[in-house]
Amino acid sequence: MSPRTTTTDGPGTAPGLDAAPGLDSSPVLEVDPLLDDPETRIVVCCGSGGVGKTTTAAALGVRAAERGRRVVVLTIDPARRLAQSMGLTELDNTPRRVPGVDESKGGELHAMMLDMKRTFDEIVEAHADPERAKAILENPFYASLSAGFAGTQEYMAMEKLGQLRAREEWDLIVVDTPPSRSALDFLDAPSRLGSFLDGRLIRLLAAPAKAGGRAGMRFVNLGMAGLSLVTGTLGKLLGTGLLRDVQTFVAAMDTMFGGFRTRADATYRLLQARGTAFVVVAAPERDALREAAYFVERLAADDMPLAGMVLNRVHGTAAGELSAERALAAAEVLSDPAEPSSPERLAAGLLRLHAERMRLLARERRTRDRFAALHPEVLVAEVPALPGDVHDLDGLRAIGGRLADQPAGSEAQPAAADAGSSPCP
Amino acid sequence: MVTGKGGTGKTTVAAALALALADAGRRTLLVEVEGRQGIAPLFETEALPYEERRVAVGPAGGEVYALAIDAEQALLDYLQMFYRLGSAGRMLRRAGAIDFATTIAPGLRDVLLTGKACEAVRRRGKDGAFVYDAVVMDAPPTGRITRFLNVNDEVAGLARVGPVHNQAQAVMRVIKSPETAVHLVCLLEEMPVQETVDGVAELREAGLPVGSVLVNMVRPTLLTPDEYTAAERDRAGVAKALAGAGLGGARRGGRAERLVAPLLAEAAEHTQRIAMEAELRQELAGLELPTRELQTLPEGVDLAGLYTLAGRLRKQGVAG
Repeated sequence: MSPRTTTTDGPGTAPGLDAAPGLDSSPVLEVDPLLDDPETRIVVCCGSGGVGKTTTAAALGVRAAERGRRVVVLTIDPARRLAQSMGLTELDNTPRRVPGVDESKGGELHAMMLDMKRTFDEIVEAHADPERAKAILENPFYASLSAGFAGTQEYMAMEKLGQLRAREEWDLIVVDTPPSRSALDFLDAPSRLGSFLDGRLIRLLAAPAKAGGRAGMRFVNLGMAGLSLVTGTLGKLLGTGLLRDVQTFVAAMDTMFGGFRTRADATYRLLQARGTAFVVVAAPERDALREAAYFVERLAADDMPLAGMVLNRVHGTAAGELSAERALAAAEVLSDPAEPSSPERLAAGLLRLHAERMRLLARERRTRDRFAALHPEVLVAEVPALPGDVHDLDGLRAIGGRLADQPAGSEAQPAAADAGSSPCP
Repeated sequence: MVTGKGGTGKTTVAAALALALADAGRRTLLVEVEGRQGIAPLFETEALPYEERRVAVGPAGGEVYALAIDAEQALLDYLQMFYRLGSAGRMLRRAGAIDFATTIAPGLRDVLLTGKACEAVRRRGKDGAFVYDAVVMDAPPTGRITRFLNVNDEVAGLARVGPVHNQAQAVMRVIKSPETAVHLVCLLEEMPVQETVDGVAELREAGLPVGSVLVNMVRPTLLTPDEYTAAERDRAGVAKALAGAGLGGARRGGRAERLVAPLLAEAAEHTQRIAMEAELRQELAGLELPTRELQTLPEGVDLAGLYTLAGRLRKQGVAG
């Protein structure tokens, strides 16, 4: 399932810190082989907020479907952005078929948005008898926990991914990860919630209800005095009403404890398995790439298979031979005596604009070079910057096309990058 | 409270705001709650501990302090303060209760974070004056802000009696008072504007005080749409002008002539962007909130850039 690597022989391939390798020396992430490979079953898009992660996930989904795979895109997004760009008015906890996708090659696209509470409810309903399920669902502590406090969203996303994968209905699942407060919360959350739900504390809380049963014995090192001190303190702090709610909740959930942990572990292993490909999404900006570097390192530490990085919003120009300095100098010459709206004045404006573009390119290049120097092994696919946002399937298709169609070798240099020559209205 | 969609520069603007408010001998506290350590690099200092530390001086003796609030530490502090729970606190930690309370328990984490900030707001020195003239929080992003600020209400409802209940209510009183304002950082791009509009509606519905919209990274208009149209109509004239500035030949195939198409393509993108930005400004104006714009800093934000942004905020009447 390893995507094919194309090493390019640009002039910047010589390693070394002085001649920091440009992105043209980064190996290219080839998207089509990755999406076409029948062994690729899960693609996880991760990255910091505001870099086009959801759009990238949707574009990959559209492309894979139109190349013949049965795809489902799972998004976790309160803004319902994916819904809009896929022309869906309703996106709920069940995958819905996306209309307008070219299915001539036998593929299909489905999309769904995670409904956290619904997913949690479903787990409860599936694993507890009706009476117990009712007791849990009506518990105020449960209502609050399931509605989306820290960690629940990430856990439920992974839970849903596991469910979708187990159904074997799709060739490929594309996941858009939650906008976590810290980069890889979604990797930690399953085990954290899992360890909470079948962990020591919750058994401790449950213990009074069970009058020092087996669970209480685990805390023999704390002693029974310690036990009552802990619950007593929590009771004082939280109010006995809440503590009672928690205890009832825990008692009712008791049967499901083992399940949570097992499932969290299974999902975690699923992510590490062959068939899963992580795609880190970033933009050529300092913060986004710093975050991306962190993702790359963290994924490696957790043995998660990284396919590569998608770099969105890369700028280009078709006049790369005209430097910012030269353009500005020429603009000075022109604007000096020129009257408003004379060709000289207009040319000066164009030159200033170009100078700004060249400076932007230089800045982007510096941040990309820095990333490439730190992580030369990461395959990269670039997507040129678009003037507006993507609103429809056509837009997603166009992005998918740009993702797959990477300039080879030295063409990736700004002088020949094609964004500047893209059709403009 | 400074919120904003991810990628809008929320932390930078919060830092600039704290600096802008720290003029004329005033003292501000900049608070970070998401454990990202985003403030320290902006002020070019080491990672912030759970301790208020001076990170910058403003004009005329102003001071900016910064604090990275750690929910776990805040809870232990809180237990110590209200219950003198030295050993029991350690026991709670051993039993996983602290971890539980700060990561999983419904909203307790957010209660602790807002609670700590409120404590700083209300803290008075020996002379009876407020220790901080202003507290600026780099708050969670727009999608989460209403829930974050309202969590005290929710917790007060969940924990119906007891100190957490009382604490939650006290915090809520400060947050809903005119002393608090939620500022939304935004870019002139579609998604951030949409999120800002949605965020303001949510905040208003929850009865939370909305302050202003801070439009960040505004790019200059280097060429107006009319100028673009004129240039497009007079390609030969532009080519001649470029040649006149020493950029090569203006005839067909000449170097200056070959520059015209790519330069116009860049101008077309610029024009398209300006048109889109005008629409987005209109949409923001519909919120009927004070709106301030911060021009983008061409070389990114370093410490000097931060002072520049603070100066611009002050010029737009932020320090008041």
